[in-house]
Amino acid sequence: MEFGHYLQINLASLPYFIPELILVGTLLLLIIVDLVLKDKPSAGWLSLIALSGVIIALIAVIGQYDLGTRSLFNGVLVLDHFSLFFKVLFLAAAALAILFTMASIELAGRPVGEYYTLLITLVLGMFLMAASTNLIMIYISIELVSITSFVLAAYIKRATRSSEAGLKYAIYGAFSSGLMLYGFSWLYGLTGTLDLYQLARSLSEVASQNPLAIFLSVLFILAGFGYKIAAVPFHFWAPDVYEGAPTPMTAFFSVGPKAAGFALLIRFFVSGMAQPSLVESSMWQAIGDIHWPQLLAVISAATMTLGNLIALVQNNVKRLLAYSSIAHAGYALMGTVVLTQEGYFATLFYLVAYYLMNMGAFLVVIVFQDLIGSEKIDDYRGLGYRAPIAAIAMGIFLFSLTGLPPTVGFIGKFYLFAALIKAGEAYYWLAIVGVLNSVISLYYYVKIMKYMFLDRPAEEKAGALPVTLSMNLMLVVLMVPIILFGLYWAPLQEFTRNSIQFFTGTF
Amino acid sequence: MMAVGLHHFLVLSALLFVLGLLAVITKKNAVTVLMGIELILNAANINFIAFSRYVDTDLDGQLFALFVIITAAAAAAVALAIVLNIYKQMRSVNLDEADTLAG
Repeated sequence: MEFGHYLQINLASLPYFIPELILVGTLLLLIIVDLVLKDKPSAGWLSLIALSGVIIALIAVIGQYDLGTRSLFNGVLVLDHFSLFFKVLFLAAAALAILFTMASIELAGRPVGEYYTLLITLVLGMFLMAASTNLIMIYISIELVSITSFVLAAYIKRATRSSEAGLKYAIYGAFSSGLMLYGFSWLYGLTGTLDLYQLARSLSEVASQNPLAIFLSVLFILAGFGYKIAAVPFHFWAPDVYEGAPTPMTAFFSVGPKAAGFALLIRFFVSGMAQPSLVESSMWQAIGDIHWPQLLAVISAATMTLGNLIALVQNNVKRLLAYSSIAHAGYALMGTVVLTQEGYFATLFYLVAYYLMNMGAFLVVIVFQDLIGSEKIDDYRGLGYRAPIAAIAMGIFLFSLTGLPPTVGFIGKFYLFAALIKAGEAYYWLAIVGVLNSVISLYYYVKIMKYMFLDRPAEEKAGALPVTLSMNLMLVVLMVPIILFGLYWAPLQEFTRNSIQFFTGTF
Repeated sequence: MMAVGLHHFLVLSALLFVLGLLAVITKKNAVTVLMGIELILNAANINFIAFSRYVDTDLDGQLFALFVIITAAAAAAVALAIVLNIYKQMRSVNLDEADTLAG
């Protein structure tokens, strides 16, 4: 009887699960087509299937916007605007990653069937991460993303650095999810529930008795989340993985799983560890006296400072961008410490800006890697004369990463700082740290520009580089919105502001 | 005779957790580190099952432990495959020697 009831709820949830089902269909189709076309050249077909699967899923996700918020599958997943925002972001990142893979020569000639299958699986895992409201589901979705990323990082089997990237990713990943799991087990013991909304309710009773135990379990749980967003002190894997993994995958890792980590972190803390403030409706407050906002503030400051300082001394562009992406995780975390709608809006807006500029910067790395076979900053000497479009594009991406107007990176940073200042004096120090860090970051971003534009290329290799049309086209497609949203960001702002809508529980 | 209660399980799991942590931090061999990670996961599993028995009334915790066992097996399979691949190239599974990427 009861079983029938649960089954009915599950079946009724299926119509709201269509984008995920489309992804599952796509990955099954990829496996089958890969098997059927075993000995024939199939890379084009497989890329096409993967890309069209992603696009169809994107259309389905956009169609879900007017379905309202609801809980799915007996309270394991939710459908709300917050999760839809991230799903759009993931699919956009996946589409670009597929296009990068098609255009790059790094993976040309390798079997891509498994590659795309794993990529789509990863996207599915990120979808679940953005929507899960149950600790079991959170753990499984994180593992789904992690395990597929390990394989993708180590995809070039013969290359030592790719295998090494996979190994480091796997060991740090398994370790941090072990810590997170231990934290979950304590939280479960303290509250007797795995559901985030019930967790919030029973925490308000338990928190005063056992604040230390809850704080410790939050510390353990942050190990798992921090690993996903590459926050200090769980960032050690990032530079090695970003440098060793195939570059299209690096671009994807630096945006997709990081955004998924932010989705999970925000949802976990808002739904499970905070309650709507009684004073003002657009604010939350931490349940009990658990000091997790302060903890996030410290992590944010440490993450951006450390990322920026180590980026100063890098001479490999991929590695430099890895440290810069650590620093950007720190910036984006600034929005999550103030517990206001303004703050979460700023974080989400910044993630979109970061998606555009970071994907762009990695695309330029791919272009130059294909043409000059190097990712050392020294070898970027004079590229402004040899490949002007790509170099100018890199300039815009780097200006946006620094946060200079008129780029979308500036607007994103502006909202982050504004949210911190608006929330009161408690976090002025964090805003100051953030501004100082932006200044530091200017040095290493401009260093790349200096090598490209102010230094002349060596005589023997001064010829123009044959950048392909598709590469130039993608560069322009990424460059235009960065400038456009830097000048007129109202549509993006509206889209993001609509996304700060959480499912608030049914019980 | 003393009855076995929740505290005994918690102490056992804390011990396992610390042993796993020690293995991860001090060992150089990739396979040993992975074994340490398994200890950490199983420490969490013991917690889940003990809490499910003594604190919570339903089977949530035991369910979680089952899922952990399954995903841990999947993660270990992938990690060991990568370790095997590293061994083929470097003739070693020592994490200190995997240092082509550094800086």
